[in-house]
Amino acid sequence: MAISRRKFLGSLGATIGATTTGALTKAYGATNKHFKGYPEGFGVLHDTTKCIGCRKCEQACNEVNKLDKPERPFDDLKVMDQKRRTGEASYTVVNKFKGSGDVFAKKQCNHCQEPACASACFVKALKKDETGAVVYDESLCVGCRYCMVACPFNIPAYTYNDPLTPKVTKCTMCLPRILEGKLPGCVDICPREALIFGKRKDLVKLAWKKINKNPDHYIEHVYGEYEMGGTSWLYLSGIPFEQIDMREDLGVTPAPQFTSGALGTVPIIVGLWPVLLTGVYAISKRKEKIASQELEQAVKSTQALAENEMNDQLSKLKDKMTKEKETAIQNEVKKALQEAAKKAEEDAKAAQEAETGDDEAVEDTNAVDGTNAADDAVKEEE
Amino acid sequence: MGPEKAIAEKQYFTPFNVVAGIIIFVGLIITILRFTKGIGAVTNLDNNNPWGLWIGFDLLCGVSLAAGGYMTSSACYIFGLKKYHSAVRPAILTAFLGYALVVFALNYDVGRPWKLPYPIFYSQGTSSLLFEVGLCVFLYLTVLFVETTPAAFEWLGFKRIRHWVVRLTLVLTIFGVVLSTLHQSSLGALFLIAPSKLHPLWYSGYLHVYFFISSMFAGLSMVIFEGTLAHKWLHHKMDDTHLAEANGVVLGFGKAASFIMMGYVGIKIIGIAVDNNWHYLTTGWGLWFLVELIGFVLFPAILYSVGSREKNTKLIRIAAIWTVLGIVLNRLNVSLIAFNWHLPSADRYFPSFMEFFITIFIITIGVVAYRFVVTRMPILYEHPEYKKDH
Amino acid sequence: MEFFTLHDFMTYSKGITYLVMGAILVFMPLYWLYLTDRDD
Ligand code: SF4
Ligand code: SF4
Repeated sequence: MAISRRKFLGSLGATIGATTTGALTKAYGATNKHFKGYPEGFGVLHDTTKCIGCRKCEQACNEVNKLDKPERPFDDLKVMDQKRRTGEASYTVVNKFKGSGDVFAKKQCNHCQEPACASACFVKALKKDETGAVVYDESLCVGCRYCMVACPFNIPAYTYNDPLTPKVTKCTMCLPRILEGKLPGCVDICPREALIFGKRKDLVKLAWKKINKNPDHYIEHVYGEYEMGGTSWLYLSGIPFEQIDMREDLGVTPAPQFTSGALGTVPIIVGLWPVLLTGVYAISKRKEKIASQELEQAVKSTQALAENEMNDQLSKLKDKMTKEKETAIQNEVKKALQEAAKKAEEDAKAAQEAETGDDEAVEDTNAVDGTNAADDAVKEEE
Repeated sequence: MGPEKAIAEKQYFTPFNVVAGIIIFVGLIITILRFTKGIGAVTNLDNNNPWGLWIGFDLLCGVSLAAGGYMTSSACYIFGLKKYHSAVRPAILTAFLGYALVVFALNYDVGRPWKLPYPIFYSQGTSSLLFEVGLCVFLYLTVLFVETTPAAFEWLGFKRIRHWVVRLTLVLTIFGVVLSTLHQSSLGALFLIAPSKLHPLWYSGYLHVYFFISSMFAGLSMVIFEGTLAHKWLHHKMDDTHLAEANGVVLGFGKAASFIMMGYVGIKIIGIAVDNNWHYLTTGWGLWFLVELIGFVLFPAILYSVGSREKNTKLIRIAAIWTVLGIVLNRLNVSLIAFNWHLPSADRYFPSFMEFFITIFIITIGVVAYRFVVTRMPILYEHPEYKKDH
Repeated sequence: MEFFTLHDFMTYSKGITYLVMGAILVFMPLYWLYLTDRDD
């Protein structure tokens, strides 16, 4: 399950599209390189088949770390009837399981090679030390408890009842003692060699040697060799690990890998979103501008159209008027001419009646008069 | 003297004020308990369940439901949908109050709240998604604050500085969308580190995409929902533009939400397919998953579609409430219900009475603050002096 | 620089990436202004 998920962690494509798939390999750059952890890191091999459930390690841990004394003393083995987890006053617990007879297994921080807790901490309060210990710095811790959410082994505890200085508590691998050249408290006290301290790389070899030497005695699996990218604490068991409450479905993916896909999308979004969004803005702005320009133009052209039409009508009107004028003038002229002719006729009649000799001259003058009158009329109209 | 005093008293002792007052009073008592007796004294949190209601609801739901701010402002200022302009200010205000309260609530939840600035200013745990969330929430809260100030400046009459802030609108909006994309998705990605604890149906390599996409319709639905409430109680504070545009906002946002929700259903199914999780669907958890996906995403999406096709704003408002409930259900599923699903029921978490109360207390503070601002500043109406410029 | 754990590597590389992101966020708006300031 875990492996198939890892493949799909980079869902970048879904957010941004195919363009960024190139960037994906980069965001995954880390996977190309294989990190093997601090080469000189220490660890502890816990052979659960050797554990007798004496709870001496619990006691030693309590004393070394100066923790609160529990209600029930450490030699009260009935405590183990209930399954327990690590807590603020118990960095380690031994649990009892049913196998062929009683089986015991000690539980504490596994000091992962790629600690989920450290990967989750947003103030670097948890760190993988070069000694192999995963150490906690109270002075940085904000108390968000994301480390507790992240830890696949449910190890860190929190002092919830401390109002002002609550802190995360977990096994320190006895780093101060290691630096002094001493063994961790639990390893030191263990009467049965159920806990073996050493360099992790040596312990892996030792564990396999034990299995190979005694294949019927052990399950063929060194728990912690690869779980969640490997842990500094390693386990051997005679019964399946599920039965001693150690999850076998964690997979081998180191914790930081789970988030690397999502973390990889972050810078790409920062890089591309402003470009895309400004682009969208520019387009919508441009559309707006074009729309308003078009509107303006439309207004203008309708105006022009209207003007043309008006001009047309005006000139038509003018034409009509001039025509009317002309006809009016012509009519006038005609009328005048007719009148003049009539008058001339009448005059001529009168003259004929009176004297036939003067006929032509009178007719001429009258005709000239009539034309003049018509001319005057035209001039006035204009 | 007599009648005036009566009026003053009447204003103080409205049912709203009395209830809010009692809640805040009790909330303060629990606050004192929290900071004198410790987190353990008021919560049901334990070593197996380090995150409870205050993270699952106050942080996760709070942030996703405040997504209306970036959705509305980007629709209006980036995508140029000017018809939603009157919805921007109320959405930005609720987003700002929402984020401010999220940060406020965090002070209850984290062990040493005075160290909250540490991740940003002192010791940056850059490999953590929580660092990403913290940084973005901090920056986005600042952006939202600046985006809210023009209303305050108009109220106070600071014209010059208002002018300068308004000029930044586009940059702030784009920043807002970038930051929102990041922290909305990162809130989902927080759970990527714990594949062994979250039920496979909810755990997915796409978790951050799911959170981001669902925050979009969460934000849209919340704008509709808040609008419904505001119309009921603050109708008199709205101007004609706001009232005229309100129906358009409801219809447009409802349609958008419906479409995004359908897309979300699609990518949820893709998530099941790529991890080959089909067989889980027949288990009890599968049933619960389907209740969430079909009952609280698909169903309201269809309600929305019917509402927007038939221009039925009432149906859309119902769909909005339904969607908001669906978002709450999804966030609680991821952070609490389907988280630690393999633990025996005795080790599971259920919030204490006081955790619920602090959550109600914080919501109440939000409502009171919203009312305070809206009844004074030009949020639901445009200030007459600045009507022209947008 | 040598890294022994993926976690250390990520803390370091993401730290630099965050600085780059900040620079981009400042630079891009300015570049846009430079690009468009002669537009009418
Ligand atoms: S066991 Fe848990 S607490 Fe210990 S190093 Fe691994 S993740 Fe961290
Ligand atoms: S509780 Fe402390 S140590 Fe754990 S992740 Fe938060 S800040 Fe880091």
